Amino acid sequence: MAEVLRPEMLDISSNDNTSSLASSTELLHVLAVDDSMVDRKFIERLLRVSSCKVTVVDSATRALQYLGLDGENSSVGFEDLKINLIMTDYSMPGMTGYELLKKIKESSAFREIPVVIMSSENILPRIDRCLEEGAEDFLLKPVKLADVKRLRDSLMKAEERAFKNMMHKRDLEANDLYSQLKRAKI
Amino acid sequence: MQRQVALIKQSLFDQGYLDEQFMELEELQDDANPNFVEEVSTLYFKDSARLINNIDQALERGSFDFNRLDSYMHQFKGSSTSIGANKVKAECTKFREYCRAGNAEGCLRTFQQLKKEHSTLRKKLEHYFQLARQAGPKETARRPK
Repeated sequence: MAEVLRPEMLDISSNDNTSSLASSTELLHVLAVDDSMVDRKFIERLLRVSSCKVTVVDSATRALQYLGLDGENSSVGFEDLKINLIMTDYSMPGMTGYELLKKIKESSAFREIPVVIMSSENILPRIDRCLEEGAEDFLLKPVKLADVKRLRDSLMKAEERAFKNMMHKRDLEANDLYSQLKRAKI
Repeated sequence: MQRQVALIKQSLFDQGYLDEQFMELEELQDDANPNFVEEVSTLYFKDSARLINNIDQALERGSFDFNRLDSYMHQFKGSSTSIGANKVKAECTKFREYCRAGNAEGCLRTFQQLKKEHSTLRKKLEHYFQLARQAGPKETARRPK
């Protein structure tokens, strides 16, 4: 009788980009947007200290360019771009963080990425507007290390859940295939 | 020497030149990044010098574009807050209040005071960082590994 393939030996690979795992060795990649030199240096350090990979840009326009959402061809390999979180200042010349938030939520490729707004001004209507538009959180500047760690932890948990769901799905698919093969007595 | 550095730092806090945000910055230093606070400070003074210049020019022109001045001051206040420059931040707040009130004279007066505080802080921090470097890395606050 031919050897029946056990489920673990079957390789059901998919083309989805859940190949980037939030294991302890894989870093969350954060895109930070701020027009202030000092604040860019500060947020970059906060994120590195929190074990995140960081890309910092100085405007919303550059953020859109980086993501490939500006209509031009992106310089970064679009399909390989894995951003786990976007943190943006609210008040920026040209396009504001709020407008950037809207553009990201309008994009089918990036609308699932959590966007956090940072602002030095505690203006309730502004906060409401951002949250209504789908912002993950609104942080008052100066941002605290505790805020960043809290964000990172909740993102890691979400990634872990997504990873577990994917593995569970693969297990089910593998078991299903195994049963089919068994029934066909291959 | 290290004790001297500690005393200088303490007096900067006691006299209100710096606030807790400066301590938050120190918390982010480690062996791999022992000069982080000084780097941020250098960046701050470079950036704020540019802003002071812009505001000086805007005020010299005589026409008081309060919106533009307020916008410059918003940036100034922002970076001053991020580094813990307490007195400078307070002057920024006052300036913005005068802007909103359309009070040109108040703006001019406050701006002179702001420049003084800014210059004083720069000298004090330069002195502090110089001593801290001489005293050796033990003195600056470090994050536990």
